[in-house]
Amino acid sequence: MPSPALIVLEDGAVFAGEALAGGGTVGGEIVFNTSMAGYQEIATDPSYCGQLITYTFPMNGNYGADSERDESGKAHARSIIARELTNYRFNRASRTTWLDWLAEHGVLAVSGVDTRALTRHIREKGALRAVVSTEAADARQLRKAAQGLPRMGGLDLAKVVTCDKAYEAPALEGGPAPDLHVVAYDYGIKRSMLRCLAERGFRVTVVPAQTSAREVLKRQPDGVFLSNGPGDPAAVGYAVKAVERLIGKVPVFGICLGHQLLAQALGFSTYKLAFGHRGANHPVKDLRTGLIEITTQNHGFAVKDGVVTGAAITHLNLNDGTVEGVAAPDRFAFSVQYHPESTPGPHDSLYLFDRFRDEIARFQKGGEA
Amino acid sequence: MPRRDDLHKILIIGSGPIVIGQACEFDYSGTQACKVLLDEGYEVVLVNSNPATIMTDPAFATRTYIEPLDLTTLTRIIEVERPDALLATLGGQTALNLAMELKSAGVLDLWEVEMIGADEKAIHRAEDRLEFRTAMEEIGLRVPRSMLAETVAESESALQELGLPLVVRPAYTLGGIGGGIAYDAESFRRIVEHGLQLSPISQLLLEESVVGWHEFELEVMRDHADNVVVICSIENVDPMGVHTGDSVTVAPALTLTDPQYQVLRDAAKAIIRKIGVATGGSNVQFAVNPTTGEVMVIEMNPRVSRSSALASKATGFPIAKIAARLAVGYRLDEIDNDITRKTPACFEPTLDYVVVKMPRWAFEKFPLADRELTTHMKSVGEAMAIGRTFKEAFLKALRSRELDGPAEVPGSAQELRKALAIPTAERYELVLQAFRQGLDVDELHELTGISPFFLSELGDIVELEREVRGAPQLTEQLLRRQKRYGFSDKRLAELTGRTEREVRALRIEHGVLPVYKAVDTCAAEFPAETPYFYSTYEEENEAVPGERERVVILGSGPNRIGQGIEFDYCCVHAALTVRELGYEAVMINCNPETVSTDYDVSDRLYFEPLTFEDVANIVANERPRGVIVQFGGQTPLKIARELAEAGIPILGTPQESIDLAEDRGRFGKFLEELGIQCPEYGLATTPAEAAAVAARVGYPLLVRPSYVLGGRAMQIVYGAAELEHYMMTAVSASPDHPVLIDRFLEDAIEVDVDAIADGEDAYIGAVMQHVEEAGVHSGDSACVIPSISLGEGTLEQVREQTKELALGLGVRGLINVQFAYQSYQLYVLEVNPRGSRTVPFVSKASGVPMAQLATRVILGERLADLGLERRVPEYVSVKEAVLPFSRFPGTDTQLGPEMKSTGEVMGIADTFPAAFGKAAAAAGMPLPLDGNVFLSVCDSDKSAATILAQRLHSLGFTIYATRGTATALTSLGIPVHVVNKVFQGEPHVVNLIESGEIGFVINTPFGRGARADGYEIRTTALRKGVASITTLAGASAAVSAIAAARRPRVQVHCLQDLHAAAEDR
Ligand SMILES: Nc1ncnc2c1ncn2[C@@H]1O[C@H](COP(=O)(O)OP(=O)(O)O)[C@@H](O)[C@H]1O
Ligand SMILES: Nc1ncnc2c1ncn2[C@@H]1O[C@H](COP(=O)(O)OP(=O)(O)O)[C@@H](O)[C@H]1O
Ligand SMILES: [Mg+2]
Ligand SMILES: [Mg+2]
Repeated sequence: MPSPALIVLEDGAVFAGEALAGGGTVGGEIVFNTSMAGYQEIATDPSYCGQLITYTFPMNGNYGADSERDESGKAHARSIIARELTNYRFNRASRTTWLDWLAEHGVLAVSGVDTRALTRHIREKGALRAVVSTEAADARQLRKAAQGLPRMGGLDLAKVVTCDKAYEAPALEGGPAPDLHVVAYDYGIKRSMLRCLAERGFRVTVVPAQTSAREVLKRQPDGVFLSNGPGDPAAVGYAVKAVERLIGKVPVFGICLGHQLLAQALGFSTYKLAFGHRGANHPVKDLRTGLIEITTQNHGFAVKDGVVTGAAITHLNLNDGTVEGVAAPDRFAFSVQYHPESTPGPHDSLYLFDRFRDEIARFQKGGEA
Repeated sequence: MPRRDDLHKILIIGSGPIVIGQACEFDYSGTQACKVLLDEGYEVVLVNSNPATIMTDPAFATRTYIEPLDLTTLTRIIEVERPDALLATLGGQTALNLAMELKSAGVLDLWEVEMIGADEKAIHRAEDRLEFRTAMEEIGLRVPRSMLAETVAESESALQELGLPLVVRPAYTLGGIGGGIAYDAESFRRIVEHGLQLSPISQLLLEESVVGWHEFELEVMRDHADNVVVICSIENVDPMGVHTGDSVTVAPALTLTDPQYQVLRDAAKAIIRKIGVATGGSNVQFAVNPTTGEVMVIEMNPRVSRSSALASKATGFPIAKIAARLAVGYRLDEIDNDITRKTPACFEPTLDYVVVKMPRWAFEKFPLADRELTTHMKSVGEAMAIGRTFKEAFLKALRSRELDGPAEVPGSAQELRKALAIPTAERYELVLQAFRQGLDVDELHELTGISPFFLSELGDIVELEREVRGAPQLTEQLLRRQKRYGFSDKRLAELTGRTEREVRALRIEHGVLPVYKAVDTCAAEFPAETPYFYSTYEEENEAVPGERERVVILGSGPNRIGQGIEFDYCCVHAALTVRELGYEAVMINCNPETVSTDYDVSDRLYFEPLTFEDVANIVANERPRGVIVQFGGQTPLKIARELAEAGIPILGTPQESIDLAEDRGRFGKFLEELGIQCPEYGLATTPAEAAAVAARVGYPLLVRPSYVLGGRAMQIVYGAAELEHYMMTAVSASPDHPVLIDRFLEDAIEVDVDAIADGEDAYIGAVMQHVEEAGVHSGDSACVIPSISLGEGTLEQVREQTKELALGLGVRGLINVQFAYQSYQLYVLEVNPRGSRTVPFVSKASGVPMAQLATRVILGERLADLGLERRVPEYVSVKEAVLPFSRFPGTDTQLGPEMKSTGEVMGIADTFPAAFGKAAAAAGMPLPLDGNVFLSVCDSDKSAATILAQRLHSLGFTIYATRGTATALTSLGIPVHVVNKVFQGEPHVVNLIESGEIGFVINTPFGRGARADGYEIRTTALRKGVASITTLAGASAAVSAIAAARRPRVQVHCLQDLHAAAEDR
């Protein structure tokens, strides 16, 4: 018999469900993701560190789970919330069921919630702090707990999820022989990013978030990659400094948090969005080609629109006009807010990894295209 | 680049009559396209032969032509109108094929008409199986191995090459008609012959079978800047082998991991680009091997389709509307998503609910048809349901189908196993029953190939049934739980031995009430502007009624024979008028094909089943002034009494009048009081009683169970034995309802009247004279406005009696009366106190918008104030029925009192023959202008037939006849070739039809015997596509039409001109 679970937000809103995996009391920033598939990729994405994920697609778990689809070694979401958690394992690409996976990874999984009401609440009130509990039945008490949680703003979570020492990313069997070397900053890197790089002939050395520019340059990389990651980009000053020292000396490509860090290094500033972008259907326009990409997104902070010498805004979100990409062409640095590696989501933006190779080639040819 | 200013006039081709495989969805897409293009300031020229459509209302285009969809007619219209562009991707396969004909005939080039949306190259690349295969291989995608064959011999060698089982697909046919899966050599030969015969270019594709693979569809859109988005994924619950149109489908795809889905998405994008659809929507179908993951491309439709209509309703993203904008130059990012208004249309909808679509079949009407579901579509309609989970949506969809009776399901596990092995209309009832019988997921997967995921979900449903069955009482908690899973009050009542009323009362007492959630394309990420709702049992209700007074309109549910698009036409007009009058229009319907379920049409759309429970719940949420039940056909009427009893105000004709008109006994007395004649009749529940009635009224008789739609199980009975037999079968069919026995009026002229009444006065829309005699269902017989042979006196009597009936019944709104005129006597056959099938036809023939006016009356306006006077159109309008026989090989084409047509067409001309000829052509039975005609008529027709023969002879036809008819004719000096009846041995008439020597068959059967006799003749003619007519009246109209068709030039008429002319007179 599943135990009842309460979801209580800092503003006092209460939502009820039942816990089908895990238990106890967990807290964090409550967000929603609108992808219709890829629940496991999402739950294992380090960018969700310290968050509670509401899946807007009501049936969650239909095709089971498999370590192949992990984006990191563990579940980063503290709790996942759905309308109906299902427990199937019929898909040929799954070795276990979603509920077993969640139990095994100690995720507090809540089912039977009016997730649409919850989502609408978050949309109106913003991403709030919240507590999910199977223990305390007293909502007031849980609300206090929620209010006691740290705010996302000002939090450096990259240092929490980053690797503790540098390592060589495993080569891709069947992939091309690597001909370029890239150092990848791990602010909470997703495995699929490493895969995308390897697929394009990159040998990847992954380094911790705090690694200095000098140490990176010592490794004589052909390019530097700045990964995605959780937390407030404005709280990761050391990383911004490192990036400042790298740009110009070596081609740089950033994604998500990596993008926010590069943008700051170039002179842009960042801010917190009301409830962020999390899903796999966000239209982004590449201002240079005029073409639209349907993108995977997962971020609560964004780069403020503005004019910066030597750098340009290259991509815009068509839903709300927010900045989705910046570039400093003459310094061979560019980055996007969204996730070209997708997982889960469309493959429209994979071209950016090829662009990274092109930028490196341009750099090595001494700048002429 | 935004709007193209180099275009001014755009030609849109509709999809013609409703047929299996091509239904209302193209009225939905076409209407949207017309609206958009008018908004954009273009002149829209619309051609469609189907009068029951919204799109053919004069208001929806600049120039509307209700004309046959054929090369000559379109050529003429293009000559007259000189459009700049042709948009052919919104009128289904019909429009696509016609556009290709116009192109290859050089007409488009001659008049410099540009094909927008998809050009001929793209269409050809998608439609021509060989080119398609090459194109797919060039982008590294697999299609099933296949070979082309244009003769039986060629197919035999293909069989050697590919082996069995083998899928046979005729080129350029609709809904896969003529195709099938051959499992053995014998069935192979049969399918091949039929297929070659039906393919317009007599070409077959013989294809490696992937039966049992999972089937997925993606709806993809592209703009001229090469932006591509995928609007929706649809998963077929029935695996490959059952046509998507016959499959239960879900949106979005539920069983795919993200990587697996992205493989299909990437492929869909590559395909629309490779095929070269410049702008608009396309439908791509994939087969996926569940164990290996291998993917094959099954087909791509470079146009909007049934699935894109479904996808539009499932996501809230109006594909056709956007496609129209893209076709005239806009880019996806230049168009707003009109649900959120804030975000652009250039995105991919994300759902936070599950959609289930279920087909509805009509096999009961075609007893001889093969009931197995295969690669060629057989369903006549569909219902869609939205729920938060698969189970909820599935159970809602089940009840949305609104079956006439419970599906027949064998009880024993053994029989179930046998039955489950073949896909049929009852498939899911069988699966559920099998679970009740203890079969498990693995075995059912073995038997059906349905994926274990869906089977497990269905198993859960049965598990939940057990739970309530076993429960001591219905606690609030249990009730809520069951309702969340989608069980209806009715079902819970059955399961717990209560009445639906009791369950409902209990539910309300416990406060277990539904909430309504919005369909918003974005899973609540952005505020939704457009109120489009579905019910579920959760916490938050989003459907908050507005402050203006509300009026609820009940739709007509899934299409079925006897109730189709005509009723949707009425509902849409009701909604538009309700809004015009300052109310909020609230639409309830569950048919995804229709215009009424376009959220643009009403102020609030509830996509819900049309059961008492679901409607009453919505009414409780909306608290409207009342409910309009008279436009949705029989569906709303069936629940009207329950609604009234629940204290819900019925607007318009009061419930008592509806009951009175349906209760044969009371209605008979009512007629007596008015002094209006009806055929002598009686009621009987036993053979003995029936015999007594027969003795009183005399043979022949027309017998039928009470309360039936479209003349179900209606039969003409010529003798005692037959009557006895009928009573045995029919009565056992519905024990609680007596059998109605009428005197059958032979050789009577049938007349149909549509009128509006307001309690004080009645307005006669039109008196329609049927071409076929009474005895052929009004829905199946051709009819003409104005009457061609009835005298003014009779017509006046018809109008008078209609008035008396309308006022006597207290009708407020529409009424339809059917009369039979026999030997100078007028009889009332039936009164329907509601909008009828012919309302759109009448409106288009007369230019009087019947449904709008009726709505005004329903809401309290007086006819007197509407300033109506009788319209006397100077032209003749003919409605002809379109029958689905060709889809059911082996069925008898003979017409009777049971309705069988799926759609209708309209022919307009200045004379009856010309109009009839057009209607016949539009109905897809073009009449031969010369050649050999076979004539065989029943004795009572012989004298009349001689005149017919005379005319055929003078028109230069060579006449063939069987001995009886022949002697009658030769005696009058008409040259005749005598041919054998079948039993007289070869060479007999059927051989001649087979060999194509006879190009025109006139065969009027009589009585049971002859009807059986002619069966082979008619079915052969049908198979060979030979024009065949089964009534003398129809025949003589046809002969006149042939004479008229000899005139050199096609005349085409534009509705706007005709109506203006009628105004002036
Ligand atoms: N090679 C095949 N093996 C098994 N089933 C097939 C095959 N090709 C088509 N089908 C079935 O036939 C149906 C109709 O085929 P399709 O190509 O979609 O024709 P249509 O133009 O009628 O949609 C499909 O929905 C699928 O279920
Ligand atoms: N007494 C009768 N004599 C001859 N034909 C009849 C008689 N009653 C009904 N019919 C024929 O049967 C058809 C169907 O009967 P109707 O009462 O209209 O049933 P439905 O409710 O299906 O319209 C009519 O259109 C008419 O052609
Ligand atoms: Mg198809
Ligand atoms: Mg009738």
